[in-house]
Amino acid sequence: MELSFQTVLSQVMLGLNNGVFYAILSLGLAVIFGLLNIVNFVHGALYMLGAYVALLGYTMLGPLLGKPDFHLNYWVALIVAPLVVGLLGIGVERTMLRRLRKFDHLYGLLLTFGLALIIQGVFTNYFNVSGDAYDGKPESLEGAVNLGFMLFPKYRLWVIGISLLVCFATWFVIERTKLGSYLRAGTENPELVKAFGVNVPLMITLTYGYGAALAAFAGVLAAPIYSVSPVMGSEMIITVFAVVVIGGMGSIMGSIITGLLLGMVEGFTKVVYAPASSTVIFLIMVVVLLVKPTGLFGKES
Amino acid sequence: MNHFMSRTALLIAALAASSGLVGAAKDKISDGVVKIGVLTDMSGVYSTLGGKGTQVAVEMAVKDFGGTILGKPIQVVGADHQNKADIASAKAREWFDNEKVDMITGLLNSGCALAVQKIAGDKKRIVMVTGAATTDLTNKAAWTPYGIHYVYDTYALGKVTGQAVVQHGGKSWFFLTADYAFGQSLEQNTTKFVTQLGGKVVGSVRHPLSTADFSSYLLQAQSSGAQIIGLANAGGDTINAIKQAREFGIGQKGQRLVGLLIFDTDIKSLGLNVAQGMQFTSGFYWDRDDAARAWSKRFYAIHKAMPTMDQAGAYSATMNYLKAIKAAGTDDPDAVMVKLKSMDISDFFAVHGKIRFDGRMVHDMYLMEVKKPSESKGEWDLLKIIRTVPGDEAFMPLSESTCPAVKK
Repeated sequence: MELSFQTVLSQVMLGLNNGVFYAILSLGLAVIFGLLNIVNFVHGALYMLGAYVALLGYTMLGPLLGKPDFHLNYWVALIVAPLVVGLLGIGVERTMLRRLRKFDHLYGLLLTFGLALIIQGVFTNYFNVSGDAYDGKPESLEGAVNLGFMLFPKYRLWVIGISLLVCFATWFVIERTKLGSYLRAGTENPELVKAFGVNVPLMITLTYGYGAALAAFAGVLAAPIYSVSPVMGSEMIITVFAVVVIGGMGSIMGSIITGLLLGMVEGFTKVVYAPASSTVIFLIMVVVLLVKPTGLFGKES
Repeated sequence: MNHFMSRTALLIAALAASSGLVGAAKDKISDGVVKIGVLTDMSGVYSTLGGKGTQVAVEMAVKDFGGTILGKPIQVVGADHQNKADIASAKAREWFDNEKVDMITGLLNSGCALAVQKIAGDKKRIVMVTGAATTDLTNKAAWTPYGIHYVYDTYALGKVTGQAVVQHGGKSWFFLTADYAFGQSLEQNTTKFVTQLGGKVVGSVRHPLSTADFSSYLLQAQSSGAQIIGLANAGGDTINAIKQAREFGIGQKGQRLVGLLIFDTDIKSLGLNVAQGMQFTSGFYWDRDDAARAWSKRFYAIHKAMPTMDQAGAYSATMNYLKAIKAAGTDDPDAVMVKLKSMDISDFFAVHGKIRFDGRMVHDMYLMEVKKPSESKGEWDLLKIIRTVPGDEAFMPLSESTCPAVKK
């Protein structure tokens, strides 16, 4: 395989496409870790749930309501799925995670890991593990655009655009607005912030809900590209955790940039030596941990 | 008095039975039970085409056989090999050593099948592989006298599909290959038949098992300029590759995708709209004849999906294994293998199939084509048989075999 400029550019473009998924998922993890101190292992399952809300809304909701011709629209799913999964996340935080706040990280990790296994197990029992096709891709995003160096599917361009927008909007809210400063202060010193009349527990619950909603949003975006399958999240989450570790736990901008970069590195590896593409991110993780254990964007504590 | 007599007789009978006087078959069925282990991918990228459905098929066979054999019970156990050879090996050892398992079937991954067949050979237990495809199972690399390769292999897939494609003008090939024993074996075997007929292979790329995004590999295949993009992978990988090729407009102008191993369930997942016109090779199709239809409908009633060749093959393998035990009058693996290798295997799955002494079960293979949506009359009316390929033509002849048992 010769490496023409065109080849490299198109592979990097595809890498960016995978990278935005890494970015949006690792961003959710970083927000949850940064503000709640929870290593949210259920994140992959929430991503999968988002895709299933879109899929089942398209295929099963109509027959269930007695209207076989009704299909939940993609654009509606893009709002409904994050809401549904976000509410589920809020429920999980209220009933379970809240009780673990006093304890070591490890307990939260174990709880969320267990939840992930349960959710995935239940879905594996009822759905096709090889994946089901989601046919609800909007017509306006069918077809491909000529970028000069390659034909790129319109839908994937949309995914890249909207994901970047959501990522940077999240960063902006947390790092640059008053609401974000409450959030950050609430995790530094909850007692003091409470004294100013801010409802800290509610804020934390909503933050977890937002993290869950982000994962579901990514799931809906992924549905038309990949097959919707019960294991789509568990395959993704391992890589995403490596991304978070490389970027530095809890760093919002770090997780976004690392996600995008690593997607491109992975894309590039697929041309140079494909069999290494599933491991290259972990190699980088090892090197980063050896050289800078707090991650590329992590602050020394 | 009469009452006393009958009670005494009963007592004597019970004593005799418990001490083994009556149980004439005791030594004939080892451990007093025939236990069949279904070891397959229960949760991963291949589980739809085998998985629980394979266990359902084996349980059907045991029930149809009557549930007992030579007066002893038949049991079925199942486990997930997770497509990892070390997990498959550990389970096989545990089953053979501690759980009295007499025969293992399924094995939906070539890496796992090779590992388990090796253990079975060492422990002199029978393995009937219905899922895995590598020809190494019946050749020098991994052959044992206790292994049977029941349904299909990479030689038959590569030969039937490869030749059909080249004969219709698909001369230059680029492979997308799953990077492990199965994919490599399939690529190798197909390459052989493509080049034999004057075709050429311009390149290939090896991807990890269970890949979500194929777009990068597909672009490499596209820029190679090959007429045919051969998919030497299976299950979820094949489905993703075909779907994403469509997204990038690959396989619509000039270039064509050829799946070398496709199962009915893959077509179901892709939909006829996407898959129509694709040709591939299969060892079984549920709608082939009345017997296949009748059995498949029974399977459907339990499993809610039509059987794949792996699942149908697992029923047939189990049924014939049990018949061989009955004919041999013992479950001793050596005696059962002799019977199996001399039986005529004719049922809904195979027509005059024969298990060769290298363990290869030789039966007809089918060149299939996916129907157009307009041709399909039902949810599972997916395929038509283009050509029935006689087993002797489809499978590797002994003259090419490297099996140590073949004398040349």
